[in-house]
Amino acid sequence: MTTLIYDGTFEGLLTAVFEIYERKLSYVKIRKGEWLSTALFEDVLQIYTDSNRAARVLKGLQQKLSNEGMKRLYIAHLADMDDEDSMLVGYIRYVFDSPHNVEEDYGNKYVLRLSEMVRMVRREKHRMEAFIRFQELADTTFYSAIEPDFNVLPLLSRHFKDRYTDQKWIIYDLKRNYGLYYDLHDVQCIALDFSTSSPSNVISAFSENEGLYQRLWQNYFKSVNIPARKNTKLHMRHIPKRYWRHLTEKF
Amino acid sequence: MLKILVFLIGMNADRITEKLNILADAAKYDVSCASSGSKRKNENKGLGNASNGICHTYTEDGRCVSLLKILLTNHCIFDCAYCVSRKSNDIKRAAFTVQEVVDLTINFYRRNYIEGLFLSSGIFYNADYTMERLVRIAKKLRTEHKFNGYIHLKSIPGASDELMREAGLYADRLSVNLEMPTEEGLKLLAPDKNRQDMIQPMNFLKKEIIQRTEEKALFKKAPQFAPAGQSTQVIIGATPENDQQILYTANHFYKNFNLKRVYYSGYVPVLSDSRLPALNTSVPMVRENRLYQADWLMRFYGFHVSEIVDQHNPHLDLDIDPKLGWALRNLQAFPIDINKADLQLILRVPGIGVQSAQKIVSARMFGKLNWEQLKKIGIAVNRAKYFITCNSNSFERRDLTGTAIKQYILSQSQSKYIKAATTQLNLF
Repeated sequence: MTTLIYDGTFEGLLTAVFEIYERKLSYVKIRKGEWLSTALFEDVLQIYTDSNRAARVLKGLQQKLSNEGMKRLYIAHLADMDDEDSMLVGYIRYVFDSPHNVEEDYGNKYVLRLSEMVRMVRREKHRMEAFIRFQELADTTFYSAIEPDFNVLPLLSRHFKDRYTDQKWIIYDLKRNYGLYYDLHDVQCIALDFSTSSPSNVISAFSENEGLYQRLWQNYFKSVNIPARKNTKLHMRHIPKRYWRHLTEKF
Repeated sequence: MLKILVFLIGMNADRITEKLNILADAAKYDVSCASSGSKRKNENKGLGNASNGICHTYTEDGRCVSLLKILLTNHCIFDCAYCVSRKSNDIKRAAFTVQEVVDLTINFYRRNYIEGLFLSSGIFYNADYTMERLVRIAKKLRTEHKFNGYIHLKSIPGASDELMREAGLYADRLSVNLEMPTEEGLKLLAPDKNRQDMIQPMNFLKKEIIQRTEEKALFKKAPQFAPAGQSTQVIIGATPENDQQILYTANHFYKNFNLKRVYYSGYVPVLSDSRLPALNTSVPMVRENRLYQADWLMRFYGFHVSEIVDQHNPHLDLDIDPKLGWALRNLQAFPIDINKADLQLILRVPGIGVQSAQKIVSARMFGKLNWEQLKKIGIAVNRAKYFITCNSNSFERRDLTGTAIKQYILSQSQSKYIKAATTQLNLF
């Protein structure tokens, strides 16, 4: 059993796959991060990301997978789920070792797991499209803070860029400490420094009407409820509690 | 001077809050909240788009909130027994101005609270007068504010063709509520309303939608006309219709009016009236759920309405879903071999949904599937196992009757609807 350590990038993952084939490794584990030489007898291999090698693996994958299949693999990696890198490597090896395109072979554990991961990420993306709540700042930028389970910000960019073309907006992932900023032309990645100002201070400068519309929305949310049909279980299933912190109607 | 201004703003805020409370409360019994099915793009650097539909939040009763759903006014000249806004009901009345609705929609939309506007209204003065106001709001949003979000307008029964045509140019979806599943039910509870007045605009819209779609195929620049089609709603449990009558009505409208959706709204007793169920009657939520399941079977699973309900089974079984009900009445069709059967047949197996069925058909090309794999793919094996065989030696060998299978399945599953489950006595 060899443990591969890589830098967490998609290119790094592909380089790791290259090494596996070059060194003819069969039993591997893979994880992100620094190499800490704790286990004395462990067989550890540090992967140095190499874009040429990654490109060769990518090209090989493109011959075996459809465009949609490539996208799904990328999304699954982007999600940054814990302990799933070995599944991804297993998936890539299964793809290479099969004579045909296997992306719909749901009887295989790697293919099925990948489809589950993609489903989880896309659900989180969809939830963010629904649960993001903008607050208008005095300078007319619309600000929103989120804490999604997975790293879905890159997947959200297009949806919000298409929708809100005539207003400036920021969507900030507090968990991963980066955000998207749209300046009426393009979307950029930004990092805010909360060490000098706490996140709540950033939104202290609301526009004049912000409070009014938040209250109207909270009122609306109460008015549309039908008490005779109360169904708390269903309610909680649709909006799990961890999302409430950032939902205006749940403030 | 400043003090007066602050006071005026304050008063205005209170007034708009009160209006919103009244007019959102009055609109909430309309269950439709779909924002999907349209293809409106944000091409004019304006605000918003409408495509796949998003539920932005859920009420405490678990319903999706996708649109700002309000009445323009709850003043109404009609006196329908089932409706909170009926003329003879002593409630607070309010009316929005055109500008107020526009401002609310735009500001809610910019904050990502909603996908768009669902605008209905009590009927004041007459049908055309009311419809004209609804259309004016949609027009203002589209033309003055470049708003490309979703707009659902209620068609007011009896409104003129001209107004309906204009409404279709600005709205994504239009709907006329049938209210009661049958004409007799409507006569009983809404003596002022006439079923023909509801069917007439539906018919007009159907023809117009077909014609515009043909135009659109020829000329790309032809304007969109109600791209998300039309829908309707029937109230369940206020009148004595059985499920057979309800589903046949739904089927009739799906087939003959190209409706996108029929909504079933379990009657919430809000008014005391000798023609209606008593005030303490509970909302028929299980029945409503079974009707939606049956509706899905008709639209996505290839079932004909006569397979779901017939003269001998005019009511859906409340204990089990309608697909299981059909399977138990048609045991001669089972078991089927999951590794060989057509997709159409797999879709008919209880415990297998559309997505799982498609996955099965894709996956079995790579090798025969067994129970373990089927479970992982996501089928409900505890129900499906009585109806299928797969790549395994273990399968249901007993020749069970429908009643026995039903008992086995019910004993294993915890129905979400049985609130006071009969618990066994604990001896120790």
